[in-house]
Formats: sequence, structure tokens, C-alpha cells
Amino acid sequence: MNFFQLLTDLEQADPEFLDRINPRRRVFQYLGNAGQKVTAAAVPAVLASFFNRAYGQTSSTLTAPVQAVLTLALQLEYLEFHFYNTGLGIAGLLPSQETPAITTIRNDEAGHIKALRDVLGSAAPAPYLVTDFDYSGGSGSGTGPMQNALIPGAPGNANGALYFAAGQAFSDTGQRAYKGGAPTLNTAATKDILEAALNIHSVEARHNSHFRSVRRALVANSLGSAGAVAVSPYDAAPKSWISLVDNNGPTAPDGSKPATKVYGAGSPATGTPDASYPAENNVSQAGVDLTTLNSTYSAAAVSEAFDEPLDPATVKSIALLFTSNAGKAKGLFQ
Amino acid sequence: MPTPFPSEPQLHEAEPDQPLYAPIKRRSFFMYAGATAGATALVLAGCSKSDSSPGTIDVGSGDAGILNYAYALEQLEAAFYAQIKTGAYYTGLGATSAEKQIFDDLALHEAIHRDFLRAALRANSITPLKDLTPDFSSINFGDRSQVLAAAQTFEDTGVAAYNGAGRFLTSNANLALAGKIVSVEARHAALIRDLRSYNSFVASDVVNTFTPTIPATGVYSGEGNPNTTPNTQGNGNPGPGQERSKRPPQILQAVNNFLANGSKLSANSFA
Repeated sequence: MNFFQLLTDLEQADPEFLDRINPRRRVFQYLGNAGQKVTAAAVPAVLASFFNRAYGQTSSTLTAPVQAVLTLALQLEYLEFHFYNTGLGIAGLLPSQETPAITTIRNDEAGHIKALRDVLGSAAPAPYLVTDFDYSGGSGSGTGPMQNALIPGAPGNANGALYFAAGQAFSDTGQRAYKGGAPTLNTAATKDILEAALNIHSVEARHNSHFRSVRRALVANSLGSAGAVAVSPYDAAPKSWISLVDNNGPTAPDGSKPATKVYGAGSPATGTPDASYPAENNVSQAGVDLTTLNSTYSAAAVSEAFDEPLDPATVKSIALLFTSNAGKAKGLFQ
Repeated sequence: MPTPFPSEPQLHEAEPDQPLYAPIKRRSFFMYAGATAGATALVLAGCSKSDSSPGTIDVGSGDAGILNYAYALEQLEAAFYAQIKTGAYYTGLGATSAEKQIFDDLALHEAIHRDFLRAALRANSITPLKDLTPDFSSINFGDRSQVLAAAQTFEDTGVAAYNGAGRFLTSNANLALAGKIVSVEARHAALIRDLRSYNSFVASDVVNTFTPTIPATGVYSGEGNPNTTPNTQGNGNPGPGQERSKRPPQILQAVNNFLANGSKLSANSFA
């Protein structure tokens, strides 16, 4: 078998062949390694790997930990996608000023779903449906503390206030989950996947910033402007960043704090930066208490300057509150 | 006249520019390997060499290089917000206004990032980059629209920079720390954008926006099209719904416009 002739033939038959193998430059590293190590007997396996990279069935080359991170990310994207998509379809739920933003956010999540499904390939789960989720936060009861979030004008939900509170909690869960998953994606073979995940992570943070601006505007009665003041303790009129634990996040109509775990510590709470999941009010980074560096660096300011990762188990325990029995039967967030 | 910052008494040694030791950039290497266009390769290799012309400071290589790169960006951001606070736009803001609240926070966050990175570099026995001298002469700090426009540039640049640098980190601890910072930069960027133009928090100049085609059945498996064709190689387009990350040399080309002579940077190891 003439390996190099095959590549040449493939490129003639499919001019984009080399471009499909991503990134292009790694092809040459790969070939270099192949030249050193690959015996004739191993050539079919190398070729199979090439075809997988080139034509999208990448799952066979992903390790189980990488697949797990991407699958959880995909499930979270479906949680968000269906929430925003459903909200857009309910007349009178959203103030008109926010329809464009929720549309954009919904579309971004759809793009994330596409990106994650593409990289997971045949390992991607079947698409999750809106009925796989329980947006009341009732773990399948349908009567959880956030049940008014999709009901126009229901108690606590004037101008979609509860809907935006849920959006804030979902996107903060998302950004913390991606942060927690990034180290697992940092392998030599998955640098492009890591960069894609980072590029999704920052978009989740941008979404979250907007949700927070909307919630400030609701309190200040200035919808359509990001220039409303934040009001301490930031659970109802938050800053665009997380200050300490934002007083445990939004308050539900029943007085409960359904997002407490979104801003709390994961497990373990202490350890090295890539394997510990402190609460959002953390003031120590890499072993340095940053409030000691300058007298103006308050605990609040330091906590705001860093977002914290969450571990998969804690992320799932939060997301399971928003999973229906149908979703659980499919293994969603299990 | 721009002033050095931060006003810390210790002397920092600059990372020496090391053109003799700089590894041949992979891209250049493949140009050589390609051989058929040898003359072109030589010309282009000559061009890339000018990146490390005398007077530029290279951030170095490996995790230390990326940490110093981040330290440089945070120095610049911190200096920018410090200067905002002395300008007529900021000093004219009401004591309880939202924009004063916002810029007070931004100035603190970026100063904290700067000081944290310097402390982390030292803790890892890495010589921090010297105190850079900014050049903000192109910005009128008395003009709100100019201040906000520049803030957007710095914040968007910061997000694209961290996102594009993560892949070069070997240490997962360092990657995790970068991740903790970049999402805060993204929050800043989104807010400044929304202040300037409402609903521009994820506009297509920073995110490869996506137009889904959602089936009436509600069974959605990724149908639709991004507004630019994804191509994650080098400084290409990211995938759908993703931030447009940028590699260090591309970032520094823009950032050097805000650094004085003698403080301009290169990142020749991270093409």
C-alpha cells in the first residue's frame, strides 16, 4: 500500500481532504510520527484514524473523559436552548425590548449544539426534547419554585423577571461547567476542541452579563438599557459579574433561593486550581489571598475578578432540578 | 507624557529578546519543507523575523511566556482604567451613577488581575515582564464615547487573547486560572458593548453567529448555518456560536498601538 500516493489521490478526488483534517499543520506532525513508528501492519489503523478525522466520525478518537465533558456540555446547551426557544414562542412573556437578545442567545446555543454534535459524531446522544426538561426546577414534578418563569405575568414574573433570573442561573451554570471541563480537554490531541470550548465558554459569560443587565433594568424600570445601577446585595439587581455569591442568586416567588448551588462550592472546594471548585466568593487564587495585595482590594472586588469552575457532579445535581422524568429516563444529567 | 506603571519600587528584568534562540516558526518550517517556493519562503521568513526587531520585548515561550503575555495585557488594561479615573469623563460622573459604579469595578478587577499574575509569576520563579509604559495618546479621556470605545477594544481583545492562548498552556492549573479570568473579561466586554449599542453583547464581529433552522417538531440536532465558514486553523473563524479567538502575535499587533516605544511586545513562540 502506498500511503503517500493514497493521500495524493484522495486530495485529487476531494480537494478539501487535507483541510478536513484539523488542524492542517498537525497532518505533518502526524505523518512525521507515522514515518517513525508505524509498521506496515499498523497502516490500516492509521488510515482509519485519518478518515475519522477527515469525515467527522471523530468520536472514535476521543477518550472517554473528553467525551464525558463534551456530552455534559451538550446536555447543558439543550437545557438552555429549549428554555430560550420556548420563551420566544410564548406570547406576552418577554418584553419587546428583549426579544432580539433572547433570539440571539437561543441562536448561539443552537450553534453550540451543532459544534458539540459535530465533534462528538456518532457518540452524540439523540437530540433532547423540550419535554426532557422541567423548567419549574421541580426535578420532574412540574411544580418547582421557578414554575412561573414561563407563564406571562404570573406572580414574580412581571416582564419576564423570573425568566431572566432563570437565564442568569442557567448561563452561570454553563460558564462554570465549561470552566471545570477545560482541563480535561487540554490534551495534545484535543487542542482544537479545547479552543472551541473556550470560545463557547466566553460566549456563555457574555450572555450572562446581558441577563444581569436586564435584571438591573427591570428593577430600575429602564428596559432596553444596560446603564441601570446594581443594588446590593445583588440578588435582584446584580452587577454584570458575580459579587461574592450574589446573596445566593435570584429569589423565587416562594421565597426560596433555587440558584444557591449555582454560586456555591463544588467538590472538592479546595486544592489545585484545576481540581478544586470553590464558591464564587473565593478570594484566594493559586494559594494567594488577593485581598492582602492591596488595601483597596476588598473581598467583594477580588471575588468579582475571578469566576470559579464547577465539577461535573455538582453541575449535574443542579441541572437535575430542571430535568423531567422523561429526561431522566434518557440518562440526561445522570 | 505616558508614565510607567504600576508604581512599584522593585526593578523587573525584561525577558531578553533572544532571536538567536528563537525556534523557527512551524509555518516557516513548512514553507522550507515545501521547497518548490523556496525563494518565497525565504522572503516570508525574513518578514516574520522583523517581528523581533530591536526594541520589542518577546514574552517568551511555554507556560511562562503565556503567563507573561497575560500579565502584559492586564498591565495595559489596569493602566487604561487607572487613567480613565483621572479623566474628565469619569470625574464628571455622578457619585451614584451606574457608569461610575462600573468603571470603579473594572479598574479594581484589572488591577487585581495584574497583581495576581505578577505574584503568580514570582511564585513560580518566572521573571515577570518589566513594567510596561502605555501610550494612550490616541484616546481622549474626557470624551465618553471614546472612553467606551477604547474599553470595548481592550475587553474584547482580552477575551480573544485568553481564548487563543489557552491551547499553548501545558499546566492545567494555569489553564484553570486563565479560565477564571477570561469569563470576567467577557462579562466586562458584553456590558461595555451593551452600554454603547444595546444588544451588541455577542455581535458578529466577536462571535461567529449562527442562524439555526429549527424543525417544527422541536427535534433539534444542529441544523443551520454560521455566518462565516468555521476554520479553526491559526487565526481562522471559530465554530458556530463561538468567540473569535486570536493568537498572541495577532493580538500584540493591535496591542502595540497602545504601548510606548521600548514597551512594544512580540510573541514569536506562539504563532
